[in-house]
Amino acid sequence: MAKPTKEQRRESIMLGALKLFSVDGFYTTTIPDIAKALNMSVGNMYNYFKSKDILAKEIIKYISAYLGKELRKINDKDITSKEKIHAFVKTYFTIAQTEPEMIEYFLRVYLSNREVFKDGCEGMICVSDFVTEIMIFFEEGVEKKELRDQDFFSAFGLFMGYLGGMVFLYGEKILPQELENYIDDIANNIYQALKADEN
Amino acid sequence: MKTKLLWIQGIACNGNAHSFLNYTYLEKFLDDFEFINHPILDCRFSLQEVIESFRECDILLIEGSISDEFLRSNKKITQIINIYAPHVKKIVTVGTCSTFGGIFKDSPYDNSHGLIFNQEKQKEFEFKQKVISISGCPIHPEVLANTLYSIKEGIDLQLDIFHRPKIFFSYTIHNGCTRNEYFEYKIDEHTFGKKEGCMFYDHGCQAPFTHGSCNKILWNEVNSKTRVGQPCMGCTEPTFPKQNLFTTKKNMGIPHSLPLGVPKRAYLTLSGVTKAFKIDRLEKDLFDE
Repeated sequence: MAKPTKEQRRESIMLGALKLFSVDGFYTTTIPDIAKALNMSVGNMYNYFKSKDILAKEIIKYISAYLGKELRKINDKDITSKEKIHAFVKTYFTIAQTEPEMIEYFLRVYLSNREVFKDGCEGMICVSDFVTEIMIFFEEGVEKKELRDQDFFSAFGLFMGYLGGMVFLYGEKILPQELENYIDDIANNIYQALKADEN
Repeated sequence: MKTKLLWIQGIACNGNAHSFLNYTYLEKFLDDFEFINHPILDCRFSLQEVIESFRECDILLIEGSISDEFLRSNKKITQIINIYAPHVKKIVTVGTCSTFGGIFKDSPYDNSHGLIFNQEKQKEFEFKQKVISISGCPIHPEVLANTLYSIKEGIDLQLDIFHRPKIFFSYTIHNGCTRNEYFEYKIDEHTFGKKEGCMFYDHGCQAPFTHGSCNKILWNEVNSKTRVGQPCMGCTEPTFPKQNLFTTKKNMGIPHSLPLGVPKRAYLTLSGVTKAFKIDRLEKDLFDE
């Protein structure tokens, strides 16, 4: 088997660290913990990431790029805004189930430890791939007169806050049903809240 | 020998004729060119005389929208154009109305349009190859004068798809704007007439997607709309005039029209990054304290 490239090695470190951070928390997970989980020496780990903070920032960029890529596939489809909302919700919930650490990291590490991200991840810099796709979805929906024109953050908060909240409840094992059972209702609720008045 | 010009008006407001009178070197210009007829300046021939039959002329200048219904001295403007078009070296459409139809597309005359364009759409005209478009509402006097001098000197001007000389219309109005730093960092804390702030984000400025040299070749050699604190209205483009010129049309906070040639994703990513930073120097008035 070919030796992994430096880039592949970096990615496997991020994925390993992502799991530990999202399960055990950012502060309780140490670089030696990550090195041990990956069968690497601590010294070698530092060849790839100079600090735990840098690793944390790279992980959120990695997740944002991953989610952004998935959302872009939906944005590029020639379907209505209503159908796109349904596809977004389905994709988000699928990722929350198949790769829960991605969403967990976003909610429990990135949003909960802002002090770690204040230098280098100002504003939405480190999640721009993902946020850009949401912006494009909103902008095109308004342009097509399918969605109501309003302040971006009012719509963004409603959309992502709702999905984040549901995934949080799912993670806490509070939801009585599986996530996929909520897709239709939630997609419809979001659409009803965002749709243009005449629709 | 003076180059002979005929300035003829279709459905027009005189704005371009007046604007040209502000050309700084008009006196010198009139040593090099002669108007056989002009709507404002004294000329050798009357309008009646120049439209009866062809008088010796090198360049035909047309100001104002064109409609077959519109008459000048009881003659259709289209007939007058056809008297001169076969014989002149060049035909220059002076202003956005004669180039694209402009504001007088909405005049009561049927089918008002530009000489070879109806907004973006091409129109049939036998002498299309002779046409040079100087759009603007009004035209920039220096741009018209330099175009006429280029024709006089036999310089082969490269033209864009709307027949506008690239030397003046390859740029956007944004190029050279003194507010570019505010644009870069997305600061539109603007009040009309103030020196601070970019007007693209809220105040309707169309400079990043409008072709022209207003901020390269200053008006009256002094200033431009955007420098003085009023948004560019996109007056050189076929889409002029749009509505709500002092407001940026946005969809959920995202400008509907983006800087020329910049893909939406690239714009949103870049603007998201710059918006994350607060630059104190640009938040304050330039002459604070």
